[in-house]
Amino acid sequence: MINVSKLKKGIIIDHIEAGHGFEIYKELHLNDIDDVVVLLKNIPSKKMKKKDLIKIETDIQIDMNVLGLIDPNVTINFVKDGEMYKKITLNLPKVVEGIMKCKNPRCITQHEDVKEIKFFLVNEEKKQYRCEYCDAYTTFMEKE
Amino acid sequence: MLKGRHLIEPGDFQIEEIESIMELADNIITNPKGYSLVCKGKLLASLFYEPSTRTRFSFEAAMLRLGGEIIGFDDPNNSSVSKGESLGDTIRTIECYSDIAVIRHPREGTARLVSKFAKEMPIINAGDGGHEHPTQTLTDLLTIRKYKGGCDNHVVGVCGDLLFGRTIHSLVKTLNRYHGITFIFISPKELKMPENILSQLNPECYQETTNLDEVIGDLDILYMSRVQRERFVSEEEYLRLKDYYILDKKKMRKAKTDMIVMHPLPRVNEIATEVDDDPRAVYFKQAKCGMYVRMALIAKLLGVEEDND
Repeated sequence: MINVSKLKKGIIIDHIEAGHGFEIYKELHLNDIDDVVVLLKNIPSKKMKKKDLIKIETDIQIDMNVLGLIDPNVTINFVKDGEMYKKITLNLPKVVEGIMKCKNPRCITQHEDVKEIKFFLVNEEKKQYRCEYCDAYTTFMEKE
Repeated sequence: MLKGRHLIEPGDFQIEEIESIMELADNIITNPKGYSLVCKGKLLASLFYEPSTRTRFSFEAAMLRLGGEIIGFDDPNNSSVSKGESLGDTIRTIECYSDIAVIRHPREGTARLVSKFAKEMPIINAGDGGHEHPTQTLTDLLTIRKYKGGCDNHVVGVCGDLLFGRTIHSLVKTLNRYHGITFIFISPKELKMPENILSQLNPECYQETTNLDEVIGDLDILYMSRVQRERFVSEEEYLRLKDYYILDKKKMRKAKTDMIVMHPLPRVNEIATEVDDDPRAVYFKQAKCGMYVRMALIAKLLGVEEDND
């Protein structure tokens, strides 16, 4: 078992479904951070059997919508002076803007330069969202 | 209050607002002369990015009969689009000249997009790909109101291509907002009503069947639709399904004496021409309703609905 030292300050993103850690790392642009960032994969977990975990040793604004979209079951712990002072659990956002792209090839947003497209949650289980323009359903992170 | 609003999909308007358009259309039908100048000095931009005869003529005839005038194009190659202009820039420019705009475009969601660029000019969606065609829905509702006395309490049979038919989807979603509507969806299993529409309906308010003969006697309204060649990848599949239902005199004998037959047109061969003379066939009258309802819509969105008698 690899040990990573206790965080003094920053954010711990816990209970990430195994395999989603790298997606979160990418979508939150954690590569751009100069401070310490640790991504742990496939940690044994009683509840989840296996989980991923990210520790970020700095105070940054996290885009909760992106996080909620990728893995709504994560827990976010905020740490100061070595102590956790705030804990947040997430839900799938009801409305997202500027994150997703419509997958419908006939949608106008595929052909014109449309920024900040709104998507409305229609099916929580399937993570399906409805495009504000063409009403087609799109699933976040769906493979092309 | 509909003045200054956009119509992108039927859901943009409350049922009461839709009914107010119907009432105005009724008044125009009764007294066309009284409305022949209400749009005098107003300009409608007719922006057709793909070919259309019926819808374009209907809008243009509507505006002319209200005393207004028209600018526009029916071939985007004759506009700045061919120079690579964005839709946003086109609409902002057209708003400098026009009071109201009608747009048809092959891409889904276009009308919603351009409505975001129009500051004061109402936008009417005249069809955006396979997505929405709200003025066809208004046309259908006016036809039902005129020939069945109102839009509540009917058994509505919807027959043909229920999978790809945008006019059918819009109509079903809108009729579902009225009282006492029961749907009977009649289609081959390959062209069934999609789940995303069915999921919006109360399961007790619809049934599905493949057999028109068995249910035609129960219907107050039969809405026929064309199997659209352009929706099929396989020509063989299209040929197999296109003649699945043909409404003819023999089938009409089983129908109620006051049932009406509707069709958004153009028809191919899903309704035999022998049915045209049956008084229950209202599909050509439906096309006329389309012009009147567009007159009412234009007048409402421009806020010029008082007759000039």
